Amino acid sequence: MKTKSYMARIMAAPHILWAILFIAAPMLFVLYYSFTDASGAFSTENLRLLLDAKYLTIFLRSMAFALVATVICLLVAYPLAYAISRATPRAQKVYMMLIMLPMWMNFLIRTYSIMAILEDNGFLNTILNSLGIPSVHIINTSAAVIFGMIYNYLPYMVLPIYTVLSRLDVRLLEASADLGCTPAQTFTRVVMPLSRSGVVSGVTMVFVPSVSTFYISQKLGGAKYDLIGDSIERQFQSAYNYNLGAAMSLVLMVIILISMAIMNRYSDGEGGLVA
Amino acid sequence: MFFVMNSQFYCGFNRYKRMCINSKKMEKNEKLIELRGITKEFDGTPVLTDLNLYILDKEFVTLLGPSGCGKTTTLRLIGGFETPDKGDVFFEGKRITDLPPYKRPVNTVFQKYALFPHLNVYENVAFALRLGKVAEKEIARRVKEMLKIVNLEGFERRNVEKLSGGQQQRVAIARALVNQPRVLLLDEPLGALDLKLRKDMQVELKKIQQRMGITFVYVTHDQEEALSMSDTVVVMDNGVIQQIGTPEDIYNEPKNAFVADFIGESNILDGIMHADKLVEFSGHTLECVDGGFEKDEPVDVVIRPEDVDIVPLGSVPIHGVVNTVTFKGVHYEIIVDVQGFKWMVQTTDYAAPGTEVGLRILPDEIHIMKKSKYSDLYGDYSTYFDEMDKSGAEATGDEN
Repeated sequence: MKTKSYMARIMAAPHILWAILFIAAPMLFVLYYSFTDASGAFSTENLRLLLDAKYLTIFLRSMAFALVATVICLLVAYPLAYAISRATPRAQKVYMMLIMLPMWMNFLIRTYSIMAILEDNGFLNTILNSLGIPSVHIINTSAAVIFGMIYNYLPYMVLPIYTVLSRLDVRLLEASADLGCTPAQTFTRVVMPLSRSGVVSGVTMVFVPSVSTFYISQKLGGAKYDLIGDSIERQFQSAYNYNLGAAMSLVLMVIILISMAIMNRYSDGEGGLVA
Repeated sequence: MFFVMNSQFYCGFNRYKRMCINSKKMEKNEKLIELRGITKEFDGTPVLTDLNLYILDKEFVTLLGPSGCGKTTTLRLIGGFETPDKGDVFFEGKRITDLPPYKRPVNTVFQKYALFPHLNVYENVAFALRLGKVAEKEIARRVKEMLKIVNLEGFERRNVEKLSGGQQQRVAIARALVNQPRVLLLDEPLGALDLKLRKDMQVELKKIQQRMGITFVYVTHDQEEALSMSDTVVVMDNGVIQQIGTPEDIYNEPKNAFVADFIGESNILDGIMHADKLVEFSGHTLECVDGGFEKDEPVDVVIRPEDVDIVPLGSVPIHGVVNTVTFKGVHYEIIVDVQGFKWMVQTTDYAAPGTEVGLRILPDEIHIMKKSKYSDLYGDYSTYFDEMDKSGAEATGDEN
């Protein structure tokens, strides 16, 4: 027994080392920088600065954009995942492949492609004009930023919902119909409750990256809609204010932890990707 | 399996003969469900071919047959989960062929139960009641009553996934019965239970059916289950009904070699009907009780192993050499070689292997069947044991 646990420890060593180096240490650095000033002395100045209206606006905007993107993702992804899960096994594979395909492309290239599509003289307006519909101005608006988020993170919503729906036993739907449920009642009373864990996973997997995203807003929002991710990037890359950047990261982490805690309250703890 | 039935049903094996023929007759009732000229194919493979069947009110009907015989599809047609390619389904004379399941006054106990995993026992049973405008108090009363009927009082708050197979089974029955359907459809409901539990549940189900006075349509591949529970047994094979009758009819007067083979063990021999009540088989002409055949018509002769008596050589025409003797508890199972055809004999008398014995069969123990496509399929004594095991394994998968 003793040798076994000894072996187990040796086996676990690389992973523990990995976790210390790349998870625990960076967190400690974030904490350290958040509560120090440029000279390294203890300070709460960074966090106090974040209460400034300028930064509060950024935080609230980030959360609002992420929330809208998440809700739209859910509304699009659920029917999509449901339709895919009811297709033949062969078709299911093809559809899921199509959903995953954009993720094989680089994030920057995807974002640039969306720019090209949404531009005033872009692909979208060319098509609209050829159909005799007047051009729409989308690029450099908040709609473009949210569209970018939806486009990038939709697969993360489809995947977990599809997973729970495809595992749904058809006989449960038959049992529901047998007991008197119309198709709509079957959906609300059986399908929805049983796919909740997938929805919770999907919402978490879309909201978390959306709220911390950067670059999308710079490229699609014309730098008009500063988000937390962009601000953090700027503090580290341009302003060299590591302390303020770290403080922002810390607050963002807290926001994410709180939203995940809220989401997990709605999860039944089964089938979901968030434990 | 058949053997277990023997010990349960007959005390004194050789005395058994056919006394159960006098058992209860169905009261005259209205046709509740009727299937007319049903044909159904799946991907070009015919599953049901011109099926005609009616089910009486308050009747316990069993659809019996091997895996893939179409029994489950027949049940699903009644439940509304399948629509026939041809033919119609009637309920109390009204055509319901295209009516979706939620509009049909029937409920189903599914194979493997299909309980809702997100609801506890109480909510599973209350499911159908919550759809209507039933008051909470009334729901509570009826759920409680149902749980009492299926012996699950005190299980209200339990997680259905944490229950044993037998308990899940009971929840499924309670859930299906709570809305007082006219008909309960049961799709191999006891298939996943062990033998002892299955026996108890058979008795339980029969009691529930009689107490609540509703029609049961029961699907199984287990012939013993079918015989012990049903008012009427419908034997199916290959999408075609082979025989409809009381359990006694099916057992004692099988219509063809398939039914004789599927229901219990049997010796199926080639015979020639020389005249009414006179049949030749195994090289001898014997008196029997059947008639209505053409002169010298070839027929199948069925003799049940328990109907054959071992007697001293010379006292009866048919004789053979004892091949093997197996002690089975209540009786011996003796294989006797008669001119190359091996007979199975079940008797309490012992005969040593190698001895020559006479086989006595009384006229009313000789069952004559018309030749069918099933003739000559079953060499020597025939039993469905091997096939039963195979179909049992398949039945736990997705049949049809």
